[in-house]
Amino acid sequence: MIKTETLSKKRSGPVLFSEYKQGEGVKKALELGRENILFELKSSGLKGRGGAGFPTATKWMLTAASNSDKKFIVCNADEGEPGTFKDRVLLLEYPELVFDGMIIAGYTIGAKNGILYLRGEYEYMLKSLEDYLELLRMDNLLGENIFAGKDFTFDITIRLGSGAYVCGEETALIESLEGYRGEPRNRPPYPVNTGFLGHPTVVNNVETLASVPHILIKGGDWFRTHGTDKSTGSKLFSISGDCKKPGVYELPWGTSINELLNLVEAKNTKAVQVGGASGICLPKSQFNRVLGYEDAATGGSIMIFNESRNMLKILKNFMEFFVEESCGQCTPCRIGNIKLLEGVERIEKDDFTFSYINNLKELGRTMQAASKCGLGQSSPNSFISILDNFKDEIFGAKRKGEKNV
Amino acid sequence: MSKREYERIPVSQQAHVVSKPKDLTAIGGMVSVQINEKKITVPLGTTILEACQLNQIHIPTLCHHPDLCIAGVCRVCVVEVEKMRTLQTACSFPITSPIKINTSTQMVRKARRHIIDLLLSEHYGECYSCFRNGNCELQNLAKEFGVDNYTFGHVKTQRYEVDSSSAAVIRDMNKCVLCKRCVRTCIDLQEVGVLEAVKRGHETHVGTFLDKPLAEVICINCGQCINRCPTSALRANDPSDEIWAAIDNPKKHVVIQTAPSPRAAIGEEFGKEAGKSFTGELNTALRRIGFDRVFDTNFTADLTIMEEGTELLTRLKKAIVEKDESVKLPQFTSCSPGWVKYIEHFYPEFLDYLSSAKSPQQMFGALIKTFYAQEAKIDPADIVTVALMPCAAKKFECNRPEMCDSGFKDVDYGLTTREMAKMIREAGIYLPEMPKSHFDDPFGDASGAGLIFGATGGVMEAALRTAYELVTGREVPFENLVIEPCRGFEGVKQASVKLENCVEQYKFLEGVDLKFVVAHGTANAKIVMEMLKKGELNDVHFVEIMACPGGCLGGGGQPIPTSNVIREKRAQAIYEEEASLPIRKSHENPHVNYVYEKFLTDGPCGKLSHKLLHTHYVKRGKYIS
Amino acid sequence: MLVLEKNALSEEIENLVGEFGKDRSALLQILQAIQGKHKYISDFAQQEVARMMDIHPVEVNSIVSFYAFLYSEPKGRYIVRLCQTISCDMSGKEEVAEAVQRELGISFGQTTKDKRITLEFTNCLGMCDQGPAMLVNEKVYTKLDPETAVNILSEIK
Repeated sequence: MIKTETLSKKRSGPVLFSEYKQGEGVKKALELGRENILFELKSSGLKGRGGAGFPTATKWMLTAASNSDKKFIVCNADEGEPGTFKDRVLLLEYPELVFDGMIIAGYTIGAKNGILYLRGEYEYMLKSLEDYLELLRMDNLLGENIFAGKDFTFDITIRLGSGAYVCGEETALIESLEGYRGEPRNRPPYPVNTGFLGHPTVVNNVETLASVPHILIKGGDWFRTHGTDKSTGSKLFSISGDCKKPGVYELPWGTSINELLNLVEAKNTKAVQVGGASGICLPKSQFNRVLGYEDAATGGSIMIFNESRNMLKILKNFMEFFVEESCGQCTPCRIGNIKLLEGVERIEKDDFTFSYINNLKELGRTMQAASKCGLGQSSPNSFISILDNFKDEIFGAKRKGEKNV
Repeated sequence: MSKREYERIPVSQQAHVVSKPKDLTAIGGMVSVQINEKKITVPLGTTILEACQLNQIHIPTLCHHPDLCIAGVCRVCVVEVEKMRTLQTACSFPITSPIKINTSTQMVRKARRHIIDLLLSEHYGECYSCFRNGNCELQNLAKEFGVDNYTFGHVKTQRYEVDSSSAAVIRDMNKCVLCKRCVRTCIDLQEVGVLEAVKRGHETHVGTFLDKPLAEVICINCGQCINRCPTSALRANDPSDEIWAAIDNPKKHVVIQTAPSPRAAIGEEFGKEAGKSFTGELNTALRRIGFDRVFDTNFTADLTIMEEGTELLTRLKKAIVEKDESVKLPQFTSCSPGWVKYIEHFYPEFLDYLSSAKSPQQMFGALIKTFYAQEAKIDPADIVTVALMPCAAKKFECNRPEMCDSGFKDVDYGLTTREMAKMIREAGIYLPEMPKSHFDDPFGDASGAGLIFGATGGVMEAALRTAYELVTGREVPFENLVIEPCRGFEGVKQASVKLENCVEQYKFLEGVDLKFVVAHGTANAKIVMEMLKKGELNDVHFVEIMACPGGCLGGGGQPIPTSNVIREKRAQAIYEEEASLPIRKSHENPHVNYVYEKFLTDGPCGKLSHKLLHTHYVKRGKYIS
Repeated sequence: MLVLEKNALSEEIENLVGEFGKDRSALLQILQAIQGKHKYISDFAQQEVARMMDIHPVEVNSIVSFYAFLYSEPKGRYIVRLCQTISCDMSGKEEVAEAVQRELGISFGQTTKDKRITLEFTNCLGMCDQGPAMLVNEKVYTKLDPETAVNILSEIK
């Protein structure tokens, strides 16, 4: 077994941050065999941890069912959502979970190649991850006949991004891997059928893959004991903003925002942005909502804003982000985001009418429905939720008809 | 006689479509779907757009073009697919399961309106001052969806400088809607690769390498991007004002030559269905506009056949009889200026394979300012030559510095079909109702062989009719002179004809299987050039290449829109017109013989014809400095 | 560019193409390697990459212009990217930005005259719990304040 893990693990949590020995999950996977792995995964109810929440077992099954001779498993480590940094922690402190997850995925779907797409901003991790892979090769966790598993050959390569948030979208990521602009593809066909270089490809978030070894060892039913009916298991939350203890926390799904705020010792909280810049912004009155796919869904980003913050400025920061990070291929996202930003600027300058603002909100709804990928579909979320939930702060005086504000 | 077909695979997006099953009768070959209450059955993999089109359900489109691969970027064609969270683009969504589609819900209509409004907000300028007014896809969409009040504002200043550096193509990115049709045309359809989307987000625009002016990059001026642009972001460099000025100047003798392809397409500019030539009507219209003489480019097409054919026979003789190994075979045609610039950029090491014969346009210019000037006793300095062409590259060609062999600029202006139609409309003429009239002497009418130059394979067919007859003394062994293997729109065609019982002069060709290749579109030209590189054309004698898909009739100066269906109809118009002509072989054109008797007295490829009718090429290469 | 430099660059790119392969999927890796070494991808380099990979120069240009970390204009030996996204913004990015600008005498988007440092803003670095954060080439620095930021920059001469 590998004894290179030097980082002392101070973290603790029900699933990911619990005890794990390198290779344990892979060993178990080989014992279980493909069908049982898929069974455990299905009964665990694990859903994609990047934010979209697609059932992982289904994704794997679709790819496993394809009889293509070449398949790929891609680990999406293009963590670019503002306020998200859980993958950073996993890759730095728990690489064994991520890589074991990839190996198991490769075994299950019948892929010989795994690719870790690491965002360019995380280049500083590259060396240590590469070294780690080398050790895995030495221990026969990568390479040919892994753990004496007959015909199971698998290796992992790491590819770097180059500063493009949109590459976190799975098809944009694949385009980027293929050497094109990171522009999302038309779907269908989906990557499970036509992915990297046209081959069936599973693209999973770092956290999703890291959950798999634990699920196999302790069973899908055990995983279900955490979380809620619709959101099983636990989740890593990246907590930042106005609080005493920002950082990554592993909590079961179903935790309420209030509980979370207490945990990180946030005071005078005015607003919580759930799901990053592309998520929704909740006011105090909604802090009793729970985190989960059925209520406040998130890829893990929680940003806390206290009473001193200017919501319009926050919104402007988000919109500037999207204007820069939109890939620019589809109309709603390319032009829509700049229109929403323009709207924010006009509110700032007090140069607007309410019908104009309502038109922009309607435009936002069109962007949600008609944009090509998740970026444009979710970028209006903060615009709509901040303007709706913080009306008083933003338009307060105006709405009451006061002059000279 | 053999015929080979090649399938070209577009580079991008190729893998991302669901291919249709070969056997539709197999289980799963067909899928039943419901579109707006209507139940239909389509082959698996049919897109929603295709399914709707087959069932007369209108779906608006913008980035979609029948010649190009799917993009799915404008989002105008969104529809509702039951059980899907978001709207789906009809153009890209392959039907693989029994789904329910709704093409006109409130959400769909609102989304389409918003998208059009967004595009308009960034679309600089006003419709009334735009040359695409009345033939603009964005304008049509705005009208269709009643988008008329710039809900999200309207850009008041130009973001981009208009690039008018090129003699052929003008780019105004202020009008661009980023449908990327030009990109797909340039990279996938033509494989020239001058245009691509650069930067990202709101900064995204269609650009050249490092945003250099078009004249400085490796643009071949084919103008195919213009034909596929839905707005006025791309247009040809229009010389009609200069031409009006010449017409209005009593001192100037303004002469126009018209090519067959514009004649077969100009009716479309006047609302007529594609597929009818307006040659006679156009002659009358041009005279009414004020052109002093109207000549037929087909005349110099016949001359091209004589020159290029003689050149080929000379090369063959050198190679076969004199065993001269420096002779380059196969000989490539040189009448397409887009193709000429393509080979100059992409395969400069193969320039010697090109025929040195000028294109018909340039031959005519040189003849008008020499022979015609002499005959008509007009000072060539006072002659203005205009060429009506289906082509954007002809504008570049007539401006090449080497094209001044008459002592003057041989052809002063290249005019496209679209620009000609504009001039005719401006003169208050409705072309389709003009009485018919003939071309002017001394060049008179031309042969049908010259006419079919307009379609891909036409030059080859014309050349074979003449060459075969010169060599064997008999007509080509094809019924009604129709050399079928030269016709049709396959990308690369290859065939051969056996030369037997040759006349004395050409005995050295006895028993030779004269092999030829025909290709159209530079993507197919690339295939041919790669074959040449690999030595796969060693036994081929003659290659015809046209830069534009379909040949000249699909040229970059032709009416918009264009599609395979339209190109086929134009070809049909040309072939029908030619079948009715009395003379159908270039060497039988009495006017051609007259010119060789009176003027080019040392015959085809003689000294004078070499001076006036032949040219040389420039090794340009691909490097952009 | 001198012929000798051009030749050296061509050889270097040839080696990279040899290492990563001629397939289009190797393009980003090749460009990253050139970017890493030269701090930008010159027009000559872009054309050489295109030539050797048998794609069009404008396609390479398109890729370079798409990705924020690839440049077609020369940059400093050290590219400093200060995170401008919300968490860093709230924890004092503005003060850090002002301090480094004053110290280096350039604004964001510019390069010092000695070609040592280029200042840029970047989007979320994934250090939201430890903002303000910045990257100096690939190295990450967190919990900055004006003083530490300036000190870091003065150390990388």
